[in-house]
Amino acid sequence: MIGKEVGHRVTEIEKGAIKKFARAIDDPNPLWQDEEYAKRTKWGGIIAPPTFIAYCKTELPQLNLPLKRLLHGEDEIEYYLPIRPGDVISSVCKIVDIYEKKGKSGPMIFTVLETTHTNQAGQLVARNRISIIAY
Amino acid sequence: MVKQLYYEDVEIGIEIPSQTRVTTTRQLVMYAGAEDDYYEGHYDHLFATQMGMKGVFNHGWLIAAFLAKIVTDWKGDEGSFKYFRIQYRAPTFPGEPIICKGKVVDKYLKDGEHLIECEVWAEDEKGNRNTTGKVVLSLPSRSDRRDG
Repeated sequence: MIGKEVGHRVTEIEKGAIKKFARAIDDPNPLWQDEEYAKRTKWGGIIAPPTFIAYCKTELPQLNLPLKRLLHGEDEIEYYLPIRPGDVISSVCKIVDIYEKKGKSGPMIFTVLETTHTNQAGQLVARNRISIIAY
Repeated sequence: MVKQLYYEDVEIGIEIPSQTRVTTTRQLVMYAGAEDDYYEGHYDHLFATQMGMKGVFNHGWLIAAFLAKIVTDWKGDEGSFKYFRIQYRAPTFPGEPIICKGKVVDKYLKDGEHLIECEVWAEDEKGNRNTTGKVVLSLPSRSDRRDG
């Protein structure tokens, strides 16, 4: 299982999706939505807020674990380039670790998924790891 | 709009201005749509209580967004995120204050970039930290500044 590719998704980034995201997190920063403002910054245009990377996730793989409940334990993101409207982000997810720990109410299985995101020019945009706890 | 922060302005130990957020179930539904995450624990009360929760709970990524916002509001437009780690230690719920805080724990030069490391966390009104994290930022330096 470790090293196995478990998901792949191509996401076209629309300006409206970034705006909707900024509104949902209640972050009025004009860098995420005001083109005229953003043009005058070093970025030269709108960029997505740091946690927008969550939008580019692949479907959660079927882990087929003998446990009922899932919780989100940890996220880790390495950033290389900002995500911009018009980008086409290609995201590839693989399992990088699976381990078990004893919890208060029985076994807990930790699964670490790593997703690598590249843009339409083939440049690395970000890499993120999510740790999912099944118990 | 936001005052620009420079590497030279930052000292180890300084605090990032805190922000207190309170989510509503409406915000969780908006967030579910915006992030494209339809996990039932965030909007289906029965599902959440069957998980052993007292009710629907906030998305971990939403708390991460609140923590990122205290940093982006503070750093100004020019700095950029290099790294962000968030650990969810306890669930948080709509209607309960989420106090987002942070402080600078290190600063250094690496590969020609001026980097600062911040510890960030969200706590409840009793000071219990339910979410903790780390951010590495690249900041502009006054020595790189070009006039005109």
